This record gives sequence, structure tokens and C-alpha cells, in this order.
Amino acid sequence: MRLELSPRQNVWPLFRLLSPIFAMAMAGLLASLVIMILGQSPQAAFDVYVLGPLDDSWAIQEIAIKMVPLVLIATGLSFCFRANLWNIGAEGQFTFGAIIGSILPLLTQGMGFGPWVMVIALLMGMLGGALFSLIPAYLRAHLNVSEILSSLMLVYVAQLLLDWLVRGPWRDPNGFNFPQTVNFDAGSLLPVLMDDGRLHAGVILAGIVVLVSMIVLSLTLFGFRVKVIGSAPKAAGFAGFSSKETIFAVFIISGSLSGLAGIIEVLGHIGQLKPSISTNAGFTAITVAFLGRLTPIGILFGAFIVALTTIGGENAQIMLKLPLDLTTCFQGLLLLCVLVSDSLTSYQIRFVSDKPSPTTPIEDA
Amino acid sequence: MKHIFKLLSVAGLALGLATGAQAQEKLKVGFVYVGPVGDFGYSYQHNQGRLAVDKALGDKVQTTFLENVPEPDSDRAIEQLVRTGHKLIFTTSFGYMEPTLKVAAKYPNVHFEHATGFKRAANVATYSARFHEGRYVQGVIAGKLTKSNIVGYVASFPIPEVVSGINAFMLGAQSVNPAIKVKIVWANTWFDPGKEADAAKALLAQGADIITQHTDSPAPLQQAEAAGKLAFGQASDMIRFAPKTTLTSIVDNWNDYYVARVKAQLDGKWTSIDTWGGFSANMVNMAPFTNMPEDVKKLAIDTEQAIKSGKLDPFKCPVYAQDGKEVPCNGKGALSDGQVLGMNFYVKGIDDSLPK
Repeated sequence: MRLELSPRQNVWPLFRLLSPIFAMAMAGLLASLVIMILGQSPQAAFDVYVLGPLDDSWAIQEIAIKMVPLVLIATGLSFCFRANLWNIGAEGQFTFGAIIGSILPLLTQGMGFGPWVMVIALLMGMLGGALFSLIPAYLRAHLNVSEILSSLMLVYVAQLLLDWLVRGPWRDPNGFNFPQTVNFDAGSLLPVLMDDGRLHAGVILAGIVVLVSMIVLSLTLFGFRVKVIGSAPKAAGFAGFSSKETIFAVFIISGSLSGLAGIIEVLGHIGQLKPSISTNAGFTAITVAFLGRLTPIGILFGAFIVALTTIGGENAQIMLKLPLDLTTCFQGLLLLCVLVSDSLTSYQIRFVSDKPSPTTPIEDA
Repeated sequence: MKHIFKLLSVAGLALGLATGAQAQEKLKVGFVYVGPVGDFGYSYQHNQGRLAVDKALGDKVQTTFLENVPEPDSDRAIEQLVRTGHKLIFTTSFGYMEPTLKVAAKYPNVHFEHATGFKRAANVATYSARFHEGRYVQGVIAGKLTKSNIVGYVASFPIPEVVSGINAFMLGAQSVNPAIKVKIVWANTWFDPGKEADAAKALLAQGADIITQHTDSPAPLQQAEAAGKLAFGQASDMIRFAPKTTLTSIVDNWNDYYVARVKAQLDGKWTSIDTWGGFSANMVNMAPFTNMPEDVKKLAIDTEQAIKSGKLDPFKCPVYAQDGKEVPCNGKGALSDGQVLGMNFYVKGIDDSLPK
């Protein structure tokens, strides 16, 4: 006996719409069970996880700040994933973008220049991420090297490069040899938008990226090309779409957005380079991209859920003394439920008997 | 939009005040940990300190912790604690230094304590422990017990605290065994059992017969036990993970310090100070000396006592750097605290170059 998935004909559109809601309900139910086992009331947990972070301006801003890198990276990844290219190394492109973007703020530190430093730094961050993503793109397009491995391995290269820089050449000379750069000038940092919180201009950039991506993916030939190459490579070939060009294009998009996310994190709220500048956004964004079914609006939603539960998770540790692992567990459950629910909407499960049919020719060993 | 946010923030403030009023009789104390409380090493020991506060002052104090907080996220985590009414907050990792200062500047009425950093403010104190005193004792034990004359050192990050630990270990070892060699693997992590185990395996394969570590999980210890070699535990008494292998562990003891500081806060006597205590301040302890002959055990105890009483300084002059040149002696008969806190060189005999 084994299981086989076969595509359903004619899926009712309402089902597709309801599927994520159903998935969230399932995840909520499972999470409630776990919370009850831990001896807390699911109602209280819901208040703390979901409603708590939404009840004041500061927390809402924190959610937005947390969403920015996730949205940027996941939107970029959605281009790659749609084209069936598995860029797992967004974390590396994020880090490399942060490094390249920090060059100018470091060089001009203490000179009191205006916000043009910040603008150029953002552009250099995008450039850095894009350049770094060209490596797996080239290897894939010309040498057919698996982009999964090459992009993932390059994450460590970027992180170790950052590590070396902040311990060596870029180390703060007055920092007792501790591994970090000087604090950047206020003029190099992203402007803060609110008086009562840390919300920075990166959130506007993320909004623009989502809008532009929506248009590109749904209304342009390029968006169509990405989709065809991903879902029907042969048809794409017949249509004259170059797969090499597309590989480079989607990697550059994804890399530059990851790089932008990196430099936004540095200029938005860290304010200096140090060995760890990331909260694993490059990997979490993979989850976000799939939670959002690879659409920009869905990604906004997915990033919101992840940010909300992360901050809610901190609330839960403080208010209910629930462990951090529960948050991770809940986020995992949610992704699992969304994927299962989507699969079951599009496919049906059949049990197939494993007995070889008599007509199957027996192959020589 | 801005109005809505303002309205919401007023509502939030009202809520905050309400909860603040309820909790008036109990002081809320927050802790931010870099690892999980279950690391059985560094964060575990800080949590033991928190529990000691609960035990000693539980009727007047309510404690809370946030675990596994990544450095770039720590601004928010610390501010969450402030906003939920915590008046004294301990941030227990070096990487929380700038975030702690940023949040502290915003809330001058809340007191903060940052572990292992060097920047202070009117409401930010710093504290750390002289872990290198324990490393020196370990070095003495290793120098006596090694047969291959090679000791493997699983190190985390080349920051001064770790470098001074390696040097103190080496100086201790050389004091009884001038031929000893220390091999170092940088795991580039504080807590990653997989990487730490790999580092230990590599060192054992290179002929090390004693493993010591400046990372937080018991994994290197367990690798040594599996290979039938000896090892030292880190941060907490790790003997339960490797009963046949563990020689001793350096135990971080934050209990007395945390209780004293929370008490000061309760009495309104809290001030921003810098604390750097070792054996004598009971901030660093050695776990029982096990799996070694009586004479080595006695030597270890004597060394510990000598350091504790101030008779012996692990960095007593002269200290020679790797290139053989004598290091300037800025303290009284030993290197100064500043030299140890900013240590960025190896002592003579270490066969490794410092990652730059």
C-alpha cells in the first residue's frame, strides 16, 4: 500500500479562499491543545499572543519593524520559487548587502554628512545582495550546479566575512577589542517616523516593493515568463523564453531585495555592524513566502502572522511564563497546516496497492 | 493614521498604569538570556541566579525572563520588559550592550545591569566575573594529567574574555608542565551542541587527551567521555553529563550578586557600578575535583585557595607574549584589570594565531 496524490479537477474557487482560514483554525486548535497540556487557558494565551501585541502603538510599530525584512526577502524569494529556483541563501545575500551598504556610513562616520549617505548606502546594499546572488545564478545557469547547495553554503561565507570585518579592519578602535564597528552617524540612519516608537522609513520601502511586485508578477510579460519557466520549462522553451536570462533575473531581484533588507536592518535600528545582525530573517522568509503562497499580498499576511506571534511569544514568556519553544512550535504548526490544507484542496489522496501488475516487464538487475 | 496610533498608545498607557498599580507591592525584575535556560551552561546559571532571587526575596519580588533572545531583537525584548512594569532588568550577554543603553536612555527611571560589557550610564551598571581564575586552576590540573601533552580547547569567539581564558589556562598548565601544547578550535558559537561536538572530535583526532571548552553545552564533554578521555565542564557543574570524564567545572555563580543587587533596588540604594568578582567574591566557583589522583586534587585546591586569598594572580608578571616579548606590567606585580579585560594577544607557547 502507498499513498498517491492526484490533482483534483475543477476545484471550487471558494475552497481555495477558505483553505488558509481552515488551516489557521486547525493550527489554533492544535496549539490550544498544547497550551492546555502546559496548564494554561487557551483563551488567555490567545489574548497574550494575538491581541496583546495589537493593543498599542508601540507594539504595532514593533510588528511593522519585524515585518520589513521578512516582506522584502520573501517577496524576492517568491520570484525565484515561482521559477522553480530554490534560493535558500537569502540570509547570505542579506548579510552581504548589509556589509556593502555599510561601507559608506563607515567611511563618512564623524563627518556629519546628510541623508544622502543613507540613500547611497541603501543602493549599495541592494547592489551587494545582487552581486552575491550572481554566484549561485551563474553556477546554475552555466554549470548546472544546484542553487540550493551553492546559495546555502554562501550564507556561511558572508557571515564569516562579516565576522572577520568586525573583528579586524572595521573594528571600533575604542571598543576594547570587542567585535563591533563604531556607531554610525545619525545622518546615515533611516529616519524614524513616529514619536513614540522605533518605526523607520524602511516600512515605506517595503510597501513600495510589494506594490511593484504585484504589478510585475501579475501584469507584465516578465511575470508570466517566470511562471511558465517554473511550471512548464518545455513550453517556455518553445515560446522562446530564455531560461538562463530568467535565472539571472530572478536571482538579481531576490538578491537585491535581501541585500536591501540587510542594510535596512543595519540603518533602521542596529546602527552599527556586529557579528550578528540577523534574526534569521533570510530563513524565516522562506516560511513566509510559502505561508503567502508566493503572492505579494499573501506574503504581507504571512509576515504579519510571523511577526505577531514572535512578539506575542515574548508577551507569553513575560505574562504566562510559557516557553519560547511554544512560539516556534506554533509557527511550525501554522506552516504545516497551510501546506496540508492547500495540498488537499488541489489534490486528492488515493491509496494504491503496491502489488506489481502482471504486465510490468521485469527489468534486469 | 497617526491619530489612531496616538489614541491606541493612550489606551495602552492607561492599561500599563493599571497593571502597574496592581503590582505596586512587588518589585518586578527582568532577565534577558542569550541562550535557552536549558543550555545547562551560561544561561542556565543566570537562571539559577534568578531563582535564587525568587527564593531569597520572593515575597517582595516577581521575576521574569526572556530566553534565546537574538542580539538584533534585544532592543524590543528589553523594552517589552520595561513596558510590562519591570524596574530592574539584567541583560546577560555582551551583544546586548548597545540595545541596553538605547532603551536605558529612553527610561531613566528604570535600572539596568549589563553583563560583560564596558559601557555604563547613570541607570546602567555592568558586571562580570573573573572566569580566568578558574581557567588557571584547570590549566594546572591539565598540565599534571595530560599524557600526550596536547590539550584541546573548544573556543567560542575571539573576544577578550575568551582570549584571557585561553591564556590563563596556558599559564596554569605551563606552571607545572612547560612542554604542554594547547590546540584551539573556534566553534564561532556560544551554544550549538552539534558544532561543539564536531570541534571536540577534531581535537581528539589531533591527539588531545584532555578537552576544555569555552562554549556552553555539555557536548564536548560527552565527546570526550565517549572517547575515554578527560574534560572540563563550563559555566555549571556538568558532571551529570560525563561522570567518568569530568575533572571539574568552572561554575558561574550569579546568585549572591543578583540577590544583593535586587536588595539594593528594594532599599532604594541601587547605583550604577562596575563589578568584576572572582573566587574571593564567590562569583566564580570550582565544582568538586573528580576523576583525578589525590595529589593533583590537592594541588588544584591549593591553587584555588592561593588565587582566592590574593597570593597568586593568574597573570602575575612577567607574562610573555607569543613572540617572546615581555608584556608591560601595568598592575601591581601582575597585568592590570584593563589589560585582561581588553586582552588581544596570546601568551608564549600557544600554537595558534588569533583570528583577526
